[in-house]
Amino acid sequence: MEHTVISSSKFNAWFGDNHVVKDVSIAIEKNQVIAVMGPSGCGKTTFLRCINRMHELIPGATAKGSLKLYDDEIYQMNPIYVRYKIGMVFQRPNPFPNLSIYDNVIAGYKLNGLKMPKADFDNIVEKSLTSAALWKEVKDSLHKKGTFLSGGQQQRLCIARAIAMEPEVILFDEPTSALDPISTSSVEQLFHELKENYTLIIVTHNMQQAARVSDKTAFFYMGELVEFDDTKQMFTAPSDVRTQNYITGRFS
Amino acid sequence: MEARLKIRNTKSLLFKGLIVFLAFLITIPLIVVLLYIIKQGVMQVNWHFLTHVPAPVGEPGGGIANALVGSILMVAVATIIAIPVGILSGIYLSENPSTKLAYYSGLCVDILQGVPSIVIGIVVYLWIVKPAGTFSAISGSVALAIMMLPIVIRSTEQTLRLLPPSLKEAALSLGVPYHRVIIKVIVPCGFSGILSGIMLSVARIIGETAPLLFTALGNSFLSYSMKKPMESLPHLIYTYATSPYDDWHNLAWGASFILLMFVLILNIVTKLITRKWNIQL
Repeated sequence: MEHTVISSSKFNAWFGDNHVVKDVSIAIEKNQVIAVMGPSGCGKTTFLRCINRMHELIPGATAKGSLKLYDDEIYQMNPIYVRYKIGMVFQRPNPFPNLSIYDNVIAGYKLNGLKMPKADFDNIVEKSLTSAALWKEVKDSLHKKGTFLSGGQQQRLCIARAIAMEPEVILFDEPTSALDPISTSSVEQLFHELKENYTLIIVTHNMQQAARVSDKTAFFYMGELVEFDDTKQMFTAPSDVRTQNYITGRFS
Repeated sequence: MEARLKIRNTKSLLFKGLIVFLAFLITIPLIVVLLYIIKQGVMQVNWHFLTHVPAPVGEPGGGIANALVGSILMVAVATIIAIPVGILSGIYLSENPSTKLAYYSGLCVDILQGVPSIVIGIVVYLWIVKPAGTFSAISGSVALAIMMLPIVIRSTEQTLRLLPPSLKEAALSLGVPYHRVIIKVIVPCGFSGILSGIMLSVARIIGETAPLLFTALGNSFLSYSMKKPMESLPHLIYTYATSPYDDWHNLAWGASFILLMFVLILNIVTKLITRKWNIQL
C-alpha cells in the first residue's frame, strides 16, 4: 500500500443551500494520475477546488467534513500554505499578461515577495519549463510576455508555474478543454512524466482522455462519488450501473 | 421588383450619407474653437508671458505666471488627494459589486458626478474656507479633488471589472494573499485604464472655474502658499475677459490658448498611453 496524499471522509460542500458535494470519501495515493469525471454539475470541479481551498473564495460557498493532505486537515491549515502545497492548473490558460515568460514561471515566488539569488531563479525557471516540456520552445524568448505564446504553450506555461512551487499535488480543472488536439496531446504526454514527482488530479469531461492518462478514475454523479477504481477496471467492468450508463453514453 | 430594390438602395445611400455628414459636422465646433483661440491667443504667448504676473492696466507686457503656477499646484494637490481615494474605492466597487455598500456608494458616485461644480465650491467653502477664516488654494484643491473622484472611481472600477476572474484565481492558487493579488496582479493589469481615467479627470478639472470661485478665490500676485488665495487659469480668463480693457482681453486669450493646449496634450497623451501600455489579455 502506497502512501496516501489526499484523503477525505464524509466530505460535503455547498453553494448557499445547494448541496453540490455529498459525503465524498476517497483516498488518493502518491505519484498517481487520478481522473475525475462525471456529467456537468456533478460536483467534480467543486470537489477539486475544495482540495486547495479555492472553493471558499466564492461568496456563499461552504464545506464540511474531513479532507486531509497527508495527516493534516486541509480546512484547519492556512489556505495560503495549502495552496503552496497543492498547485492548480485551470480550464483556460491564464498566464499573467503583465509578466514575462520568465516571471510567469516564478510568479509564485515573485508575487509572494519571496527573495532568492538570481541564479536560483534561473534554475527554477529552467527546471520547471523543462518539466513542462516548454523549455526548448521558449528558452530564447524568456523575457517576452507570456501571452504571446499559443494556447497550448500558455497552458504548459501555467503547468510550469505550478511546478515551480514544488507542490505535493497538482490539480487540473479540465486542462485541455480550451486546447486544440495537438496541444491536448502534448499536455497529456506531460501527465505521464509529471507523475514521477507529483500526484495529479485531473477533472475531465473527456472519457477517452480519462482512459488514456489516468491510473485511477473517480466517477461523480449528482454530488456523490459513485465509483473510484483502477481506470482499466472502471472502463471495462464498472461495478455501478450509473457508471456503466455514463461510460456507454446513455446519459451525459 | 427592380424598382423596389432601387428605392431601397437609394434609402441606404441616403442614410449612409446622413451619418457621414453628421460625423463630419460634429468636428466643426471643435475646429472652429481651436482655430479661433489659436488665432487670438498664440500671438500673446512668449517666455515673458509665461514668467510674469499680469501688469496693471495701461502698462505694457504682463503675463499669467501666477495663474499657471496656481493651476498646476492646485491640480497637482487635487490629484494627490483624489488618486488614492479614487483607486481604492474603485477597487472595492469592482471586487464587491453585489454588496449593499457597493450599490449605495456607486449611486453616490453617479450623483456626485452630476452635482453642479458651483455647488461643490459652496460646500467646500462651508467646510474649509469659513472655519479657516480665509480663502485658500488648498480648499480649491479639495473642491477639484471632489470633482475628480467620480471619474477616477468609475474608470478604475470599469477597467478592473473587465479583467477575467481567472487572473485572480491564478494568483490565489499560487498562495498569494489577497492584498498582494490586488497590488501585484489586478492593478498592474488594469494600469493603462486607471491611468487614462486619471489623465481624463485632470483634463476635466483643469478648466473648472466655478469650484474655485469660493475657495481659491484668485490672486493677482504670484503665490506658492497653499494656505493663501491663489490664481488659476480659468479664473484668470474669467476675470480678465469680463474686464473692459483690451490688454486684459489679450491676456485672457493667451491664457485660453495655454489652457486649451494643456487639455489637448493631456487627451493625446492619454490616447497614446492606452494604446501603448494596454496589456493584451
